[in-house]
Amino acid sequence: MKVGVVVFPGSNCDHDTQRVFGEVLGQDVLLLWHKDADLQGADVIVIPGGFSYGDYLRTGAIARFSSVMNSVKAFAEKGRPVLGICNGFQILQESGMLDGAMLRNRNVKFLSQRVHIKVEATNTVATRGLKSGEVMGMPIAHGDGNLYLDNEALTRIESQGRVVFRYCDAQGQVTDDANVNGSRNSIAGICNASRNVVALMPHPERASEKILGSDQGRKILEAFVAG
Amino acid sequence: MIQLRVLVSLKTSVFDPQGRTTLEALHGLGYKAATALRQGKSFLLTFEGIGEDEAKRQAEEMAARVLSNPVIESFKIERVA
Repeated sequence: MKVGVVVFPGSNCDHDTQRVFGEVLGQDVLLLWHKDADLQGADVIVIPGGFSYGDYLRTGAIARFSSVMNSVKAFAEKGRPVLGICNGFQILQESGMLDGAMLRNRNVKFLSQRVHIKVEATNTVATRGLKSGEVMGMPIAHGDGNLYLDNEALTRIESQGRVVFRYCDAQGQVTDDANVNGSRNSIAGICNASRNVVALMPHPERASEKILGSDQGRKILEAFVAG
Repeated sequence: MIQLRVLVSLKTSVFDPQGRTTLEALHGLGYKAATALRQGKSFLLTFEGIGEDEAKRQAEEMAARVLSNPVIESFKIERVA
């Protein structure tokens, strides 16, 4: 499978993502520069973490206007798989491909730490084959990860089973303490209505090899290329 | 030359973590009468070669499309010069 990893000026998880899909999972990986509209025949697209264009205006706000994002949007509209990680989540929201927006973390700190998330929806391109309720430990590294959805959007996403991951403790309990950034309903990841665009704030690519302290995130990336 | 200021702030229904943190700091300094603080962004746009109506139209479009995120923010535009 050809995995296209989009690279913006300021992306900083592009090579981590390339390594995991390429060297760990044995897929072909293409790095797709933001100025190129050509997705080079990629079967799936990953928008990696980082600080695209410095995130000076708002996280993801400038990246959405890049040539590559027009192509990614058309790709997603055809039902092809798109995964956003961290800044990738923010870019997909700014592009209107996913609901909501990210506010500053509720404690106003940049959070770089290990969290636990549990799988909720398993009928998405990034969680097929996983078990609902399965708990995974992986890092987060963000200043703006406090997911905001207005009441209408929150109700819609919950009722349509579009919460893909939720922050929880190591035992899988969804508690206020485990919801480190203050996201509504402890939501760590969501999908679009067609379930082919999935994004999460935690970094599965930083938890995909034992030497990194956890390989629990690898299942998400394996599921994403399993189709 | 026309100068327009675009003021972007979080909608009143949206929690403002930065505003609250700053307000708490102000309370700590003794400014107890301040009961609310909302943080926002200000963009000062300078236009040349177009009239006020066109400048306002363009500023409105920029604010809605780029400078603010309508999911969480609202904006207003005022003439400065």
